Amino acid sequence: MKPIKRSAWALPYTVFLVLFVALPLVMVLIYAFTGRGGGVSLENFVRFFHSPEDLHTFVYSIEIALITTVLCLLLGYPAAWIMSNSNLNRSSVTVMLFILPMWINMLIRTLATVALFDFLRAPLGEATLIFGMVYNFLPFMIYPIYNTLNKMDKSYAEAAQDLGATPIKVFTKVTVPLSMPGIWSGILMVFMPTISTFAVAELLTMNKIKLFGTTIQENINSGMWNYGAALALIMLAIIGITTLFSDSEQSSEVETGGLI
Amino acid sequence: MSTAKKILAKGYLWLLLFFMYAPIVIIAIFSFTEAKVLGNWTGFSMKLYQNLFSGSVGGSLLKAVENTLSIGLLSAFFSTLLGSVAAVGIYNLKGRSRQAVTFLNNIPMLNPDIITGIALFLLFVAVGITQGYVTVVLAHVSFCTPYVVLSVMPKLRQMAPNTYEAALDLGATPGQALRKVIFPQIRPGVVSGFILAFTLSIDDFAVTLFTKGNQGLETLSTYIYADARKGGLTPELRPLMTVVFLVVLVLLLIINRRSANNNKK
Amino acid sequence: MVASEKHILDLQNVSKRYDGKTILDNINLYIREGEFVTLLGPSGCGNTTTLRLIAGFIQPDDGKILLEGEDIAGIPPYQRPLNTVFQRYALFPHLDVYDNIAFGLKLQKTPTDEIDRRVRKVLKMVAMTDYEDRDVDSLSGGQQQRVAIARALVNEPKVLLLDEPLSALDRKMREDMQIELKEMHQKLGITFIYVTHDQEEALTLSDTIVVMNEGRIQQIGTPTEIYNEPVNCFVADFIGESNILDGTFIKNGLVEFIGHEFECVDKGFGRRAPVDVVVRPEDVYIRRSQSGTQFSGTVRTCTFKGVHNEIFVDTDEGYEMMIQDYNAFEPGERVHMLIKPEDIQVMRKECTSNVLSGTVRDAETVRILGGDFPVANSFEVGSEVKVEVPFDGIELMDNLDDGVISGEVHSILYKGNHYHLTVRTEDGDSLYVDTNDIWDKGDLVGVKFIGQGIKLSKAEDETD
Repeated sequence: MKPIKRSAWALPYTVFLVLFVALPLVMVLIYAFTGRGGGVSLENFVRFFHSPEDLHTFVYSIEIALITTVLCLLLGYPAAWIMSNSNLNRSSVTVMLFILPMWINMLIRTLATVALFDFLRAPLGEATLIFGMVYNFLPFMIYPIYNTLNKMDKSYAEAAQDLGATPIKVFTKVTVPLSMPGIWSGILMVFMPTISTFAVAELLTMNKIKLFGTTIQENINSGMWNYGAALALIMLAIIGITTLFSDSEQSSEVETGGLI
Repeated sequence: MSTAKKILAKGYLWLLLFFMYAPIVIIAIFSFTEAKVLGNWTGFSMKLYQNLFSGSVGGSLLKAVENTLSIGLLSAFFSTLLGSVAAVGIYNLKGRSRQAVTFLNNIPMLNPDIITGIALFLLFVAVGITQGYVTVVLAHVSFCTPYVVLSVMPKLRQMAPNTYEAALDLGATPGQALRKVIFPQIRPGVVSGFILAFTLSIDDFAVTLFTKGNQGLETLSTYIYADARKGGLTPELRPLMTVVFLVVLVLLLIINRRSANNNKK
Repeated sequence: MVASEKHILDLQNVSKRYDGKTILDNINLYIREGEFVTLLGPSGCGNTTTLRLIAGFIQPDDGKILLEGEDIAGIPPYQRPLNTVFQRYALFPHLDVYDNIAFGLKLQKTPTDEIDRRVRKVLKMVAMTDYEDRDVDSLSGGQQQRVAIARALVNEPKVLLLDEPLSALDRKMREDMQIELKEMHQKLGITFIYVTHDQEEALTLSDTIVVMNEGRIQQIGTPTEIYNEPVNCFVADFIGESNILDGTFIKNGLVEFIGHEFECVDKGFGRRAPVDVVVRPEDVYIRRSQSGTQFSGTVRTCTFKGVHNEIFVDTDEGYEMMIQDYNAFEPGERVHMLIKPEDIQVMRKECTSNVLSGTVRDAETVRILGGDFPVANSFEVGSEVKVEVPFDGIELMDNLDDGVISGEVHSILYKGNHYHLTVRTEDGDSLYVDTNDIWDKGDLVGVKFIGQGIKLSKAEDETD
C-alpha cells in the first residue's frame, strides 16, 4: 500500500480553480467571439470600433486612469519615502493609518468622498472624479513603494554616499532605481482598479460622467452578454499590457495587500 | 535629516492623512445629527442610528447585514478549508505542476473584480444555474481562497526541513503527522487566512453584484450601491458607514497584531 | 563495543534516480550490528539519499534493502525500527522538550509512567535533565542537538541514523559532541549510521567509513585503511592532505615519480604501467644534509600550523611537494627529501586518456559530444569512430564561444606540477584535462582539442 502523496492534496483546489477561475474566463472568450446568430464571429469587436460613444468612453477612461495613477505616484512616493526613513516599524500608527483605507469598502469610501464634496458644496464633475479616485487609490500606491523602500538595505545608500554621491544623487541614482519594483506594483495596483471601476465613477459624478466599467456593466445588465464579454476582454487586454510592463513576480507579491 | 526637514516631512504625512480621513470623519460626525442635508448640524441625535434598526430602512438593511455576515462566514470557512489543504499540496508539488497551480491561484488576485464577476456570471448563465445565495458564496470562495493559500504558504516554508519526515520517523502515520505536527505549526496562517477571507468577502461589491441574481438578495455593498444610485446619500447611510468603518478597523487591528506577534517569533 | 559479525542492514544493488539523474548507482553495502558506520563524501555524493532510503522516506528504484535479513521495501518509515537525527534537528516548535521526546512513545500508547521514566533516562543521558519544560526555540544549537538525539534514542531503535547532525554547530561544540556521540555509541551498543562531509569527523568517530562520490561507493574500510591505503585519487584527495602525483609502475616494488625511482611495497600493477601515487605530507622526511636522501629541492614557503610546520618545496625536477615537519625551514633554503617504501601508496589509474565515440562528418571534421571538432581523418563519411584524446590534448578557454563545445569545471586535482581537471559537458559527459592554467571549480569553459596525440580507430561494432 502506498500512502497518498501530499502533493495530491492540491487536487481538490486545482479542480475548483479550473471550474471557477479558468472556465469562467474561457466563457468570457466564448461569449466575446460569438455573433448574434451564434457561431464564431468578430462582430462584437467590430461593433465596438464602430461605436463612437463606447470608443470615446474607452479612451476617456484610460486618460482618467493615467491621470489618477500619475497623481497618486507624485503624492505617494514622497509619503512612502518619508515613512521608510523615519524609523517606523510595520505596525506603527502612521503606517497603519495609511494602510487602513485599503481595507474599507470602496463604495463606502467613495460615498464618504461624495459627502465631503457635498459638505464643501463642490459641484460633482471631472475634477471631483479625479480627486475622488486619487483619494480612493492613494494607499494602493503608497503601500508597495513603502514596502520596497523599507526592505531596502540601507547600506546601498551609505555605499553611494561613501563613493561621493550627494544626497540628491543618492536619491536619483540609487533609491529610485532600487524602488522600481515597488513603483511598478503601485502603478499596477492603482491603474488596474481605476480602469476597471464602475460604481466609483458613477457615485462620484452622480452618473454625469461614464467610464468604461459602467459601459460593460450596462451591457451585461441589459442582456447584451456577447458585446459585454467582448468589452471585458478589451479591458483585460489593456490590463494585460500594463502587467507586462512590470514583472509579474513583483506584482503578485504585493497584491497580497502586504498585511499578512 | 535636519529638524526643519523633519517637520516638513512629518507635516506632509499628516496633511495627506488629514485629507484621506476628512470624508470619513465628517460622515462620522454628521451621523449624530438628524439633518437631511450633510453639513447642517441640527443638534446631537441618535435618531439615524435608531432608524438603522427600525422602520422602512431597518428591515431590509438588517437583512442585508445578515446576508453579508453569513456569506462572509461561509465563504471564509470554505476558502480556509480548501486553501489550507491546497497549500500543503502545492507546497509539496514540484516543477511544472506547481507553476501551473500557482499561476491559476494568482489569477483571481490579479483579475479586476468586474472581470471576475462577469466571468462567473457568464459561467452560471451558460450552465443554467439560478443565481442567488449559493452562487455568491461560490464566487466569494473563488477569490478568497488564493489569499488563504498565500497566508498558509509562508508558515509551511518557515517549518524546519524534515519536520514531516521526523514525525514519520518517530512512528506517526501520515495522518497523525499532519494533525499533530504540521497543523499546529501552520495554524497561525490558517487563522489569518480565515480572517482575511472574511474581510475580503464582506468588503466585496462587484463580484456580488454580478452573481447575486435577481431574486432580491442584497448584501451591504449592493444595498448601499442601490440606495445611493436611487437618491444620493440617504441620511441613514451615515451611521451605517461609521459602523462599518469601525468594524473594519477592529478586524484590521486584530490581523495586524497577529502578524506583528508572529514576526516577533 | 566491538561490532558483531551479524549483518543488521544489507543494501543490495540499490539505485536511485531523480528526473533522469542518477543519484545512487548500484550501491552494495552491509552494516554489522553495533557498528558505527560513516557515509562520507562531498555534498551531492549520495550519502544523505542513502540514509533517507534506509529510513524509508524515499524508495529505491532498483535493488533491495534488508533489515536483519528481511526486505523492508513495503514498510513505511513510521513502522521501521529505526530513528533519525536530522540535519537541522527538525524539533517540533509547538511542543516543549519533554513532549518532543515523548512524541514517539505517546503515539505507541506507552503508559504515562513508563514514558516519564524513559524520557527522564534519555534526558539524563544527553545531560539535559532540567530542560523538560523548555520551549525548543529557546535552546542553543548544541542543546537542540541533544534533544534531537534524545528524541530518537528514547524509542530504542535498532539503528540510529544521523544526517550531518553536527554541521550546524561551531567547531569547539562539534568536537565536544563528537566525543559524546562516540561514548553514547559505546554505551548503548546500537548501530549508528552517520552521514557527514567532514573527513576529520569521520576519522574520529567511525568503526567503518564508506567513502562516496557521485552516487558510487569509492572505498569501504576502517579509518586507518582509508587514510593509509586510499584506492584512488578521489579518496586520497578527500581524506586528509596529500601529494598526488602521476607515476610509472616499473616493476613489482619499484615505482617512478617526480623524476626519480622509488622502492615501494606494492605489487601487481604490471610493467611500465601508468599509475597514480599518493604520499602523505607527514611521510616525506626533510633534511638539511644530503646524506641518505633521495631528491632535493628549495623551500618556497613554510607556515607554522600549531603542532607542525607546513612546508612547500619546489623540487629540482620542477614538482611541488607538500611536507609536514616539526622543524621550521627558511624560504629559499636547500633541502633534501626521503620517502620510505611503505609510505608510498600506488593506485591504478582509472583511465589514461579520454576515450570518446564520434561520427565522421568529412575528412576534416568528427562530431564528438555534440560538437564538430576539426580532426583530420581518412574514414568514410558517417562512420562511427573511437577517439582517444590524451589529457594534455585538450585546451580550455575563458570564452565559451572559442570552444567547440562548452562545459563546467567539475573537480580539480593538483598533481605536483600540473592540474588534473574533470570537465563536465552540458550533456553530462566527463572530460579529463591536464593543464598548467589555474581554474576554479564551477568555471564555465570552452573546450577544444589541441590536435596532437589524438588517435582515431574504427569503432568496434559489438560494444553497444
